[in-house]
Amino acid sequence: MPTYSFKIQRFNPDKDKRSHYEDYQVDLETTDRVLDGLNEIKWRQDGTLTYRRSCAHGVCGSDAMRINGRNRLACKLLVKDLPGQVTIEPMLGFTVIKDLVVDLEPFFEKYRSIAPYLINDSAPPETERLQSPEDRARYDDGTKCILCAACTTSCPPFWANKEFVGPAAIVNAHRFIFDSRDQGADERLGVLNTRNGVWRCRTVFNCTDACPRDIEITRAIEDVKRTLLFGRL
Amino acid sequence: MTNFHRHDAVIVGAGGAGLMAALQSSRLGNVAVLSKLYPARSHTGAAQGGICAALGNMEEDHWEWHMYDTVKGGDYLVDQDAAEVMCREAVETIIELEHMGLPFSRTPEGKIAQRRFGGHTKNYGAAPVMRSCYAADRTGHMILQTLYQQGIKNEVQFYNEYMVIDLLVNSDGQCCGVVALNLLDTEIHVFHAKAVFFGTGGFGRIFKITSNALALTGDGVIVPARRGIPLEDMEFFQFHPTGIYRLGILISEAARGEGGILLNDSGERFMERYAPTLKDLAPRDIVSRCMFQEIKEGRGIGGKDYVHLDLRHLGRKVLDEKIPDITDFMRVYQGLEPERDLIPTHPTAHYAMGGIPTNYDAEVILDDQDKRMPGFFAAGECACVSIHGANRLGTNSLVDIVVFGRRGGKKMAEYMRQNELPPLPPRPEAFAQELVDRLLHGSGTESPAAIRSEMQALMFNEVFVVRNGKGLQEAASGIRSLKERYARVAIQDHGRTFNTDLMETLELGFMLDCAELVTAGALAREESRGGHYRKDFPQRDDVNWLKHALAYLEPEGVRMAAKPVTITRFQPKERVY
Repeated sequence: MPTYSFKIQRFNPDKDKRSHYEDYQVDLETTDRVLDGLNEIKWRQDGTLTYRRSCAHGVCGSDAMRINGRNRLACKLLVKDLPGQVTIEPMLGFTVIKDLVVDLEPFFEKYRSIAPYLINDSAPPETERLQSPEDRARYDDGTKCILCAACTTSCPPFWANKEFVGPAAIVNAHRFIFDSRDQGADERLGVLNTRNGVWRCRTVFNCTDACPRDIEITRAIEDVKRTLLFGRL
Repeated sequence: MTNFHRHDAVIVGAGGAGLMAALQSSRLGNVAVLSKLYPARSHTGAAQGGICAALGNMEEDHWEWHMYDTVKGGDYLVDQDAAEVMCREAVETIIELEHMGLPFSRTPEGKIAQRRFGGHTKNYGAAPVMRSCYAADRTGHMILQTLYQQGIKNEVQFYNEYMVIDLLVNSDGQCCGVVALNLLDTEIHVFHAKAVFFGTGGFGRIFKITSNALALTGDGVIVPARRGIPLEDMEFFQFHPTGIYRLGILISEAARGEGGILLNDSGERFMERYAPTLKDLAPRDIVSRCMFQEIKEGRGIGGKDYVHLDLRHLGRKVLDEKIPDITDFMRVYQGLEPERDLIPTHPTAHYAMGGIPTNYDAEVILDDQDKRMPGFFAAGECACVSIHGANRLGTNSLVDIVVFGRRGGKKMAEYMRQNELPPLPPRPEAFAQELVDRLLHGSGTESPAAIRSEMQALMFNEVFVVRNGKGLQEAASGIRSLKERYARVAIQDHGRTFNTDLMETLELGFMLDCAELVTAGALAREESRGGHYRKDFPQRDDVNWLKHALAYLEPEGVRMAAKPVTITRFQPKERVY
């Protein structure tokens, strides 16, 4: 088993004034994930190392973190793809609670602000509401979102202004705005057509690069901007 | 310091069952949802292939056929009154989910698309049927997201990252709340409530190879078991045939539903020999055992302990549109391209059929006389209704959570409107506080990680797809000595902020109890049925064993009892596919 060097940003509010880095050496299989490396360190070297994790295969969104300078899911990145040192830091832009755990409440608050649920006040039919495969395809990409916050915390305009609603909230608004069954587009477009809405996006593409679900986030944001400019769904 | 909260009802677990129950009850009272994770992180989101309901959108189908498949799939240990309720109500519940906005894949006419799935047949076993409603291979993700979205719309109150470690029962035997640890600051919180609903999921992490999330450590089944509530049919665990080799990550049965096949070392499609009608789409217990048999007889790939899943003939369009996520898993975790490469796969611990005994209104049942615990409800993987019997059919876990989460939520809402807040027992926080303090301030020396990996290896070696009396006895005594070591366990993190060392070590305690109960049940049941296969008792024995097991967790060990199976429409017969 090869040995990997992990350099991890640590912060314990009970005793640290500011964060620092600690180095660890860990033996891993080449097929192991970065998360396996963190677990090895926590379980055999330092039980105080703190991070969130659950599904361990990229679908729950718990373990988004900054790995070698990019936001990734620790469970969806193999150590063999990181030659040399593995540097791990918490996502940028939120308060660090401890080590790699950040306060996600502001993230979910932005998510809730765009009314992330189907709005349709007409009485539903006895069977399903019909939707053609083409209409279904229009919003498919956004349905993949796992709310891991990797996109929002990689976004320079968000770093500069924490009031910016952020890419994740826009993607989830897009998911409903372009759903043929939904009637709440005006409400959501109203939220997004503000100073801290879509117009703060500078098309940096960091969000698209960061998304572990390969959602074309920048494209979704552009769709919303175009809809606001031309007033057509 | 202890914090007190008062609610009409407290729901523990924010997966499909818990959220469904929350939507039914939160408009009618002051309801809180507690989750060890953030709500959208629950393991419902990992379910891939689909959710069955006899909508008949693709071809003729009937809920009676679905019920028959469920009963036969469960090797006749299914309570048929509950299976009938589930298969009937699956239809309206799926429609309700669609109305909530769930983005199902669609037929050309715009209806919910359906596909084949293991063990689901037309006309009582005649041929596979397209019954599984799906949203690509992200069906569970879509259910979880949709229910969470509805939770926001309906202003459900969430307590995120609260780990429940005790159930409160007063001297009148009424359930009156839970005690939880707030992970953020390690404070103890007492939730005083008229009703409690558990939808806490399973415990696959007791095995070395599992498809389950790290969070699935059986907290929710052991918390009531430590309060004297028996657990039902714990020996029945499902080993899913197609886990990614070594990692255990699930490759959905949808891969075979779309046409994938299993091959042995000589390239033979071996399932044709074992199950001539359903072949690779036979139920999971059967396919997993056949894979073990092939491996045992030296026909694993290169003589090793895995076989191949062949998806090469499906073509890129099917891979990318029908099963995109699992295609991605194979690329990311194995570096393989399913359009070109064969996929190494072996069984992975996937699903607990057993759990907290309930009836089909999700009311918890305490014995073989249908005695209820007032105010306590459970649904989903942590519960045992039992609609899965000895082996769960693919997709029926999702059917289970939405149907019984919904029914249980309604029943609980009724209960909380008709009842007053019951009195709490004295010092309700004491048991939980002691559990936490013992770890935080203990002076032990044993490593939790070492105990955990030994337990997982033991369960994988002796209590997996193929079991026998001798191995189970070794497992039972091994677990007992691991529990003794656990009494002297030491954590390294003694801080108060987000102490996941403490959390994981509490979880280990729950897992050891789960492992003990599963092993005791497996040792007691001297027959083979569904997911429980005993090499030393290879036949199903309806004369002696057509009954549910009840296992009581007691200080001196596990005490076994039994209760009858409810049989209505379908008499037990030999299970051939």
